[in-house]
This record gives sequence, structure tokens and C-alpha cells, in this order.
Amino acid sequence: MRRHWNSMSEWLDHRTGVQTAVRQFLYEDIPASSGWRQVFGSVAVFLFLVQAFTGSLLAFNYAPTPGDAYNSLRYILTELTGGRLIRGLHHWGASMMIVVVVLHMVQVFLYGAYKKPREATWMVGVVLMLLTLAYGLTGYLLPWDNRAYWGTVVTTQIAGQAPIIGPYLTRLLGGGGAVGVVTFARFYGMHVLLLPPATVLLIAIHVYLVRKHGVAPSPGDELLPKKQFFPVQVFKDTVAIFVAFAILFTLALMVRVPLEQLADPTDTSYIPRPEWYFLFLFQTLKLFPGPLEIVGSVVLPSLAILALILVPFLDRGRMVKVTRRTFAIGVVVLAAIGWGGLTATAIATTPKPQPLAEIDYSAPTDWMQLSPAEMAGVAYFRQEHCISCHAVGDDGAKVGPDLTQASIHKDATWMIQHFKRPSAMRPGSSMPPIQLSDAQLNSLALFLLKLNPNNATALGNAPDFATAGALVYQANHCSACHLVNGVGMSVGPPLNGLAQRRSRSWVEEHFAKPEELSPDTIMPPYKLAPKDLDDLTTYLLALPERGGGQ
Amino acid sequence: MDEVSDPTISAPPPEGVTRRRFYIGAIYGLSATIAAALGLPAAIYLLFPPRARKSDQWIEVGDVTRLTANSPTEMTFRRNRVDGWKINSEKATAWVVKQADNSVVAFGPQCTHLGCAYHWDEEKTEFLCPCHNSLFSIEGKVLAGPAPRPLDRYESKVEGNKLLLGRLMKPEQNS
Repeated sequence: MRRHWNSMSEWLDHRTGVQTAVRQFLYEDIPASSGWRQVFGSVAVFLFLVQAFTGSLLAFNYAPTPGDAYNSLRYILTELTGGRLIRGLHHWGASMMIVVVVLHMVQVFLYGAYKKPREATWMVGVVLMLLTLAYGLTGYLLPWDNRAYWGTVVTTQIAGQAPIIGPYLTRLLGGGGAVGVVTFARFYGMHVLLLPPATVLLIAIHVYLVRKHGVAPSPGDELLPKKQFFPVQVFKDTVAIFVAFAILFTLALMVRVPLEQLADPTDTSYIPRPEWYFLFLFQTLKLFPGPLEIVGSVVLPSLAILALILVPFLDRGRMVKVTRRTFAIGVVVLAAIGWGGLTATAIATTPKPQPLAEIDYSAPTDWMQLSPAEMAGVAYFRQEHCISCHAVGDDGAKVGPDLTQASIHKDATWMIQHFKRPSAMRPGSSMPPIQLSDAQLNSLALFLLKLNPNNATALGNAPDFATAGALVYQANHCSACHLVNGVGMSVGPPLNGLAQRRSRSWVEEHFAKPEELSPDTIMPPYKLAPKDLDDLTTYLLALPERGGGQ
Repeated sequence: MDEVSDPTISAPPPEGVTRRRFYIGAIYGLSATIAAALGLPAAIYLLFPPRARKSDQWIEVGDVTRLTANSPTEMTFRRNRVDGWKINSEKATAWVVKQADNSVVAFGPQCTHLGCAYHWDEEKTEFLCPCHNSLFSIEGKVLAGPAPRPLDRYESKVEGNKLLLGRLMKPEQNS
């Protein structure tokens, strides 16, 4: 068996040379001082592979056009097993890649490993870092939620400010100012077609250059015997990769990546913020008000990139021990303080997203769990002033029975008959008949049958917009297609969590023109009176993200 | 990767061997763990069916009183089909047969061989698929040709005069 295997691998090596190549790669000599500090490059390559893999998986279920992009990503997150994990890996992988690439760069910078003859290796590395940022920038738009849309609006506007090339950049990014289908297609094309092969090519050149010049030695290494790359350094690289992967996997499992509302260009209340690694640039912008803005948006970042590329030519001294590179250490510390300060300020000055103004979250919100029919029952309960004769759980003596008592609960048919002719069903009752349609009485019965001492507070705390909205919901038979709190049909999308998916203006417009906003919809248009539209929209947006029965 | 471990076999010092073995074992072990942690979720993500979004619905197809016994009629109707992240409203057809005992059977419109559309041959009183000449009886049984199983049937029920259709079932799912 073993001999068989050996002859096969000999044959393969003779025809392809693959094993000789692998052996040469693994038994490369590295300086005696090499160790844990050189693991970052390998980790960065590993993370790039994870991004390519998870990105391909996402692309298998993703439609790269605005609108469809959002719906298909929702499908990945909510309908596909493991979809949330795959997206989590891709999202957090992007952040980790930036962290690791920067750590790699800081390590090389601190040790002065960019010095002659390794200038080209460093410069290719700077370009690779810029590519990593370009992935972040272009990938940010692809979920097509409000965060993505507004973040990209700001980015493209900044690009347009660049002197001379500004207008061309704007056109290249597909915009006459607006972010739309063309910008989306270009960002997607960049993200999945242009950047990956460019990255692979540059990584190949980068690694080739590292091999050509060898891993940079520390001063004093020359006297010590060389080590081999395999297995000790490979082991250290693998351990570092494993640690990075464990962190990434935990993040993807534990920290839910948000998908905000569908991008809404008319949403004037949205406060755009870039991804965390661009926050310092965002904050820099604020330091240069008015006509000076271009300094913060274009001039300083360009100078910083230029300075990074030119590092090997600015510092041409001999290699010294890292502990004696005080200037380099100072630069790194200053940069870290500057970056940290700007990022922290940006986070501190970001306003907290406002919850729906109409809802008092300090009061009990158990009314949110009622079905629309039950909620309409609350409306009728109030409208008919039932409370003037009946107690609901409180101890005040009233003419009629306490409605939370289970002993008086009959079935809905009995209740409806009783509402129509109270004394016929319960002889001697002095309750006046309730003048409502059967469907309305049914709602009232449904609600009353659900009443118990524990949920009676819902009666008191259900806001007016909710009861009014539920009446509109019922009058238009929305539950014939939609599900709310587990009640209704699933022909259309369930409405719980609507606020997380759609903006107010979108919902309002959608009632009037469903086919314009969701082309494949079978929902008919609804012409609602302004007050009804307002109540219904507020009610739907106030529904909890997860309804009962789901 | 055999050649990698070969030097360990030919190199005698025992302490170096165990340490080297540990490194190599850890490299393989950690790499395999990562591959599994990525590969398993990927396989599940690609192979598991999407979570069912909706309960089965009955779709009204037409009036059964206009059917004549033993004369299959092609009825068209619209239904909603979940297609990934979309729900499409699309046209669908069924071959509906009112049988001698007045029960109604609705066949799916595709031949069970390779999915071609078949039709009812009035003269031969058989369903004929034009692609590879599969023949089916009025009960949907295979009479000739390469078709591997009888015609698929819709779940069906009649309420009043209305024919309602549910899911399309393969014969082994028929109850």
C-alpha cells in the first residue's frame, strides 16, 4: 500500500514537480529570530480565503440588484439554515481582516523590515491594504439597507470632492450624484470581479518578494544558524490562524449582524455612519469646516497614503534592534492615539437611534401581543363604554360582572348572541344590546375571552393608534393574506418586525402603489383616508419583531 | 504530504522526533478543525431546503358541473409559487377527469418521464406524451413508453360546485 502510494507520488512529482515545489516552499531557511511576531501575514492570507469562500456561498443565494439584493439577503438570513452564520463570518471576517492587515503592517513597520532590499515588498503590501479597504467600501453597499445606502451616498459625495478628478470619479462610481442601480452594479462588480483577482495577483507578488529576499532578519541574526520554515514556524502560523478563526467563528455565532430597513432615499431621519474602521476618516472631516473640508476628505488621506508608500525611502538607516527604534514606536503610538481618539469621538457623538416616538416603552407593552382582531375588540370595548358597568380585574364594585373571571367566559357564538340580545341569553340582565356587526362583535368576543387578571392591563395601556390601526386592519381584511402575532394567513409576508425591514414612508407609499414598490406583489392597492393610513402604519410599525405563535 | 514525514522516519533522534510529530500533528489537527467548521455549515447552507414559509392553500380552479364524465379537460388557474426570495403568481394547468362515479381527479400537466407536456388523444382515449411516446390511461396509469410512474396528481376536493386543488403529489405520496 505504502509502496503503491510512493510510486504514485513519484509519478505525480515527475510529471508536475508539485511535491518538489511544496518541499522547497516548506524547507525554506528563515532567520533564527523568526517566531510569533511573523504570523500576521499568514493569518491575513487565511482570512482572505475565508472571505472568498463565504462570499461565494453568499453569492449562490444573492441577487445583485437594488431591492432584490435586500430581499435575497433576508432570505439567506431567515429562510436558509446556516445563512446567518455564513453572513456573520463574511461580515466579521471583513473587520478582522482589516485588523490583521494593520497589525501585520505595524509589525513590519516597528521592526523596520521594509528596509533595503525589501522596499517593493512593503509597497505592494500598502496596495494590498488599500484593496482590503476597497472591499470594505464596496461590500458595505451590497445589503442595500438604509445603512448601506446612506453610507455610500456620503462616500460617493466625498469622492466627487477630489480636485480635478472629482467629476470623473463620480461618473466612474456610476452616479450623477444619486446612488442607484448603476452605482450598485459597479460596486458589486468591483467587489466580486475586479478586487479578488487583483488581490490574488498582489498576494502572489508579495509572497514571491518575501521569498526572494527572505524573511527580514533582526540585527545579530547573521551569526546564528538558520531555521527551517517547516514545521515550527508553520505550527506557529497555524496556531495563530486557529486563534483568529476561533474569534471569528464566535463573533459570527454570537453577535448578530443587523440588516436594517430597506434602503429608502426619501428617509430624511436616517443618520448615516460608515463602518467602524472608516469612522476616524468620518471624524477627521468634521475638523475641517466649510471650504477647508477638502483637506480632511481628500488631501490628508492622500498624503497619508503617499507617506505610507514612501516609508522605505524616508527611513533609510541601518537595521537596528526594535527596542532602539524609538521614532518608529513613537509614530505608531501617536497614530494609535489619533485613530483611537477620532474613532471614540465619532462613536460618542453618534445619536442613539430613536425608537418609535409614539410608544411608551416604560409602560407595560403586553398590548403588543394581541392579535389585530383582539386589538379591534379593545377598540369596540372602549367605544361601547363597557367599562362603565364592568370591572376588569380591579376591585371596584360595578353593576355587571368582572370580565376577567373565567367563570363567565362562554364560547364566541354565545357571547355574540348575548351582545345582540343580552337578556335572551342571560335572563334578568340589564345590559343594553350592542349595535355592531357580527364581525365586530366577534372581535369583541375574541378579546373578552382572552381577558384574564394578568393581561387586563393591556386594555388600559393599548395606545389609541393601535386600536384605531387594528380597526382599519380589520376593515380591510388584511389578515386574509398577512400574519400578525401568529394570527392570519401567510400568503403575503408576516408583518411582525415590519419596522426592522421597512421605513414609514415606504409602508405608506406601498399601500397606495404596491406594484411599484414590490414588482412581484399580488397585493391590491388601498386608498386609505389620511387618518386611517397614519393609524394603520403606526400600528404595524409598532408590532414586535417576533410575534406569538412563531 | 508523505515526503514531509519521511525525514522523521529516517532521522533517528527520539526526542526530536516526538517534538516534530507534535508540530505536524497540531498543524494537521488545527487545519482539519477549521476545514470542518467551515465545510459543515457550508454544506448545510447549500443542501438543506429553505424553511417552509406558508401552509398549503387550496386554490379554486373552476366549476365541476361543466365537466363531462370520462372526458379529460385541461383547466388553467393562477397560483402563488415560492421561488427563493420571491413569491410568483403564475399560470398553472391541470388535466381534470370526472370519473364514472362522479369523483374528480386532477393530474399534473407534465409527463413523469422528462417533464414534457402531454395531451389527451380523443380518438385513442389516452394521454399521449409527444416527446418519447409515453401513453397513460384515463386513470393516469402508464400504458406504454419510458414513463417510470403513473401521472402525478394534485390534492383535490370539491366544495359545492367548485373544484379546489392543493399540492401536486407523486404517486407514492398519494393517500
